[in-house]
Amino acid sequence: MSEPLLQVEDLKVRFSTEDGVVHAVDGISYSVDTGKTIGIVGESGSGKSVSSLTMLGLTRTQGANIEGRILFEGRDLVALPDSELRKIRGNEIAMIFQDPLSSLHPFYKVGAQLTEAVLTHRHVSKATARARAVELLELVGIPDPSRRVDQFPHEFSGGMRQRVMIAMALANEPRLLIADEPTTALDVTVQAQILALLDDLQSRLGMAIIVITHDLGVVAEITDEIAVMYAGRIVERAPTNAIFSTPQHPYTWGLLKSIPRLDSPRGEELVPISGRPPSLIKRPSGCHFHPRCPYVRDRHRKIDPRLEPVPGDEGHAVACLLPAELRGRIWRGLAAGETSATLRHLVVEEEQPVRAHAAPRVSEDGPE
Amino acid sequence: MFRYIVRRVLWGIAMLIIVSAVVFLIFYVLPTADPAVLRAGRNAGTQQIAQIRHSLGLDEPIYQQYFNYMKQVFLHFNFGYSYQYNVPVRQLIFNRLPATIWLVTGAVIIWLSVGLTIGIISAIRRRSILDRTTMTGSLALISAPVFWLGLVSLYLFADDIGVWKIFPGQGAFASANTPLQKAEAMILPWLVLAAATSAVYARYMRASMIDTMSEDYIRTARAKGLPERTVIRRHAVRSAITPIVTLIGLDVGTLLAGNAILTETVFNIPGVGRLLYNAISVSDLTTIQGITLFGAFFIVFFNLVVDIAYAYIDPRVRYS
Repeated sequence: MSEPLLQVEDLKVRFSTEDGVVHAVDGISYSVDTGKTIGIVGESGSGKSVSSLTMLGLTRTQGANIEGRILFEGRDLVALPDSELRKIRGNEIAMIFQDPLSSLHPFYKVGAQLTEAVLTHRHVSKATARARAVELLELVGIPDPSRRVDQFPHEFSGGMRQRVMIAMALANEPRLLIADEPTTALDVTVQAQILALLDDLQSRLGMAIIVITHDLGVVAEITDEIAVMYAGRIVERAPTNAIFSTPQHPYTWGLLKSIPRLDSPRGEELVPISGRPPSLIKRPSGCHFHPRCPYVRDRHRKIDPRLEPVPGDEGHAVACLLPAELRGRIWRGLAAGETSATLRHLVVEEEQPVRAHAAPRVSEDGPE
Repeated sequence: MFRYIVRRVLWGIAMLIIVSAVVFLIFYVLPTADPAVLRAGRNAGTQQIAQIRHSLGLDEPIYQQYFNYMKQVFLHFNFGYSYQYNVPVRQLIFNRLPATIWLVTGAVIIWLSVGLTIGIISAIRRRSILDRTTMTGSLALISAPVFWLGLVSLYLFADDIGVWKIFPGQGAFASANTPLQKAEAMILPWLVLAAATSAVYARYMRASMIDTMSEDYIRTARAKGLPERTVIRRHAVRSAITPIVTLIGLDVGTLLAGNAILTETVFNIPGVGRLLYNAISVSDLTTIQGITLFGAFFIVFFNLVVDIAYAYIDPRVRYS
């Protein structure tokens, strides 16, 4: 395969704050090809938004330390000066955000905001830009676009505003669209419409899409590949169907068991992942997930797992210290409706039984 | 939009009537001095005082007095006669108003340009040396009383008593004839009056800008690829300035209503504030009442202007 459109290599983003250094993104790597969609899934505070904001240089603030490379069509966005990066922002890489209600400027007409997006990167007349704005509104399925273009954001519903945001992102026909929680703030029925719209636009415009979400259900339909992030790292990465059929990481299992599915056995309870996401200032020692992992072994508290290929499953990688064979058995058990409580005995080591949910031991850094 | 303005104007008028009633009550039900006695002068007999009281209508019931007063105000724009100067209060105020308007207009221009610029820059360069210096400096200016600042500025810069004889000092405005001379005479008063206010505005604007800069739509503007200057000017300042507009309305209103009293007194400027000060010191009730009503009018008027400006700035207001 030729060079991917976007290649993130060992990206690290740290912020120095008064409380200490926040390891927001801690060495993530992934790539996206033109026309493909990747989903980045994780809880809030897992670093998923920071990693994509970094791509556009929007985390370049005082106290931010960015390492690694983000290669976009051969250019390293991390090393690019602001002035160069600005030409890519909203032009070759565009972004839409979680809350369309607050992401549009309340004082300017929708048309003005769209026109501004066009004029920032194109030397065209205002009339041309305006015509483009109407065209864009039509493209994203807003009825009566020539009238709506003269309205203010507060005259649009939530779903319609997100369509406007998408229209704005598409203004300059980007090669890559980053959608940061594009449906979280919307009603369920509208969510499906927006996702269908993104899918449709992708097939028509052939761009690559990165969807950032906390909801595996959202990305299931439209992504080709999924990266699961936890505490600033990718803990599992696989083609979408592999994530759903043979997930490898206990955190991914937790995510899957906590979303409702129509095909799950009747009466099965949704199981939340216990505990809270760790602090990114004082992270747990060893495997960062160990304080919340039902299958934790004693040595997992000391050894930091690396993202490694899953044997016999191409394109699937996981950062888990459990043996592959054991992971397979646990997931088959979970998929059959067993709980972590009944499956826990599988991980108990002969010499040293370990209680799951034992009080989390934290690194020398001190308690979380 | 039209209905919005009409509604606001009607509210303003209602507000003025309420204010006038309260003022009237305060001065006539709880008099600090009997107007009839003041009017009669020294050595006046009881009968003479009673006569004056009758001729002034002060022996009528309070609601009748209020009605008469309001009738005069609304139908003839007559605010009564000053006991002290024996001229119509209206004329007194109109004579003094130009000086106050001179003072306030210049000060507003200075404090807005200085205050807002400092506020915006401090917000953008947060925690920089510039930010810390200006914010500490502004705190000092806010804490400094106006009369003290005025006296210090005269001591340092006035062309008669100053250490450096640079600017015209006390009383220069009263003797100035051409607009240029007047402007020159106003330099020190403008700076003194604007000092504390621009410090307040700088701090407000800074806080408002910092709030706005963390808004989602600012992130959107940046994600569009707009230059940072455009993000700040077109997207951030436009929003951040809205709460400031309210402040401007209130401050200009109260200053025209006599709140520039300290600056006018220190620099001996014959403005409304000085008039009010004199009227209070001799219990010239009709004058005090007239100025208070005028002040209420200015405050209501500028609030109306603010409300309309708001609707112009923020389209969401127009529809609510």
